[in-house]
Amino acid sequence: MAEREQKRRTAPSRTETEVEVEEEPAPSSPRGEKLKADLDDLLDEIDEVLEDNAEEFVRNYVQKGGQ
Amino acid sequence: MAIPKVCGIETEYGIHATGPDANPVSASSLLVNAYAAEVDRRTGWDFEDETPDKDARGYAREGAMPPMVETHLANTVLTNGARYYVDHAHPEYSTPECIDPLELVCHDKAGEAIIRRSMVAAANLPTQPVVIAYKNNSDGKGNSYGCHENYLMDRQVPFANVVAGVIPHFVTRQIFAGSGKVGTETTAFGSERVHFQISQRSEFFEEMVGLETTLKRPIVNTRDEPHADPKRFRRLHVIVGDANLAEVATFLKVGTTSVVLAMIEDDMLPYKDFTLADPVRAMHHVSADLSLTRPLRRADGSSITALEIQWEIFAAARRYAKERGLEVIGEEPVGDMVLDRWEAVLHGLETDPGSLVHQLDWVAKHHLIEAYRDRHGCDWDDHRLAALDLQYHDLRPERSLFARLSMERLVSDEEITAAITEPPRKTRAWFRGRCLARWPDAVVTANWDSLVFDLGADPLRRVPMMDPLKGTADHTASLFEACENPTELLDRLSS
Repeated sequence: MAEREQKRRTAPSRTETEVEVEEEPAPSSPRGEKLKADLDDLLDEIDEVLEDNAEEFVRNYVQKGGQ
Repeated sequence: MAIPKVCGIETEYGIHATGPDANPVSASSLLVNAYAAEVDRRTGWDFEDETPDKDARGYAREGAMPPMVETHLANTVLTNGARYYVDHAHPEYSTPECIDPLELVCHDKAGEAIIRRSMVAAANLPTQPVVIAYKNNSDGKGNSYGCHENYLMDRQVPFANVVAGVIPHFVTRQIFAGSGKVGTETTAFGSERVHFQISQRSEFFEEMVGLETTLKRPIVNTRDEPHADPKRFRRLHVIVGDANLAEVATFLKVGTTSVVLAMIEDDMLPYKDFTLADPVRAMHHVSADLSLTRPLRRADGSSITALEIQWEIFAAARRYAKERGLEVIGEEPVGDMVLDRWEAVLHGLETDPGSLVHQLDWVAKHHLIEAYRDRHGCDWDDHRLAALDLQYHDLRPERSLFARLSMERLVSDEEITAAITEPPRKTRAWFRGRCLARWPDAVVTANWDSLVFDLGADPLRRVPMMDPLKGTADHTASLFEACENPTELLDRLSS
């Protein structure tokens, strides 16, 4: 595994420069508040669009097997 | 030797119909026919060369159940080079042959757009059932339907090498390519309680290698139907994948697999280092392990995790890129994009999977479901969670949960809209699509490797297209420019 460890050490530096890594901010930070508010908005919206009778909706979704 | 990884995806969509005459076969036909009528497509599929029972290992196993070809259901070919039809009891969209994984992401998304247009077209017809399509792989009750990939390979490579080389990748790539699922629906896990799986499909796999696609599904499918010159080409038919909505997931699923296959062709994949003792069990374990730490037993008795196998394959891919380049994966910079994204996602999975919430389907779905559980205090067997899971895949914009999750995009809406009608420029799909667009009445049937023309007199004339890399926009530009009608086209082709 030594070889792999070495490779993995090279991974983070590349990643940080190329990809926007979304860090989990502390809830008290302004960004954390915003993320929580976004998630709340999303959950409100989902409560609105989610099929009314979940049990029936799920029960009625029956497929014939395919490939 | 590695050849260009021409690739395509065939997706069987889940379908739900309510109202009079709500049966899945007629509902699927309704979608396909409503779309075909709207875009005025009359060219049917040609079954001349369909041999789905041919086995890459060169024999038929006793008791094997080869798939049947159904010829009586709705079946059409589109101007973008795609096939849109009814398979079993599902609408199925097969993208045209694409030249690289990024183009395929675009055409896979165009397929979703076509299904959406089909739902609208079907809804406008009088007194029909309401038909809703889902891009997923199971109904949560033990019935699964597929999302298959196809890759062009060099026929010279022994099939045994392909099998040994791809299995570790197919067992482990689900950690970024899985679409996520609430619960289990087979006996794969025995009495183990599994609340959420990384993959929709994994638990349906029971064999390592085989010809079947609808039962006793194998990790490596041996269907030997190249749809091209069989002396030069193989088409690897991949049935282990989940249908992805996330563009990054599709891109990585196809991109990493293309690189792995190129490495197998050039004998540069050190697969013996991570050959697994029981790949089928391992595949189930990986799907059930959200911590990504469960050790899998290797053939030599030692253990390794899915993430570690992916890092090993990735390291081999970096070496391969350095020594041989990645031209066969696509024009620059697509190959580098695959490697960079692959590395970043493995790093994300290792350090903080939540950081990939806008990139990968299973992470996005899991995050959503956990947030919902937090808010409503649901147990895992609450029907609302199963409903969330299902509705993640609903293709109607007003109901789709996926559409509300701000997922990262790799292709633009304009590119997707163009791919609804325009074929890929760098494969034979161009010739197929352009002929259909220009002379819709003359092309009576089409399939992957030929077009059949009816010029009004004489017998029908078949134009073979046995090389997927010929018939491109570049090859045919002067031909299409010079020909006023299909008769001239065929005269020029035969002279």
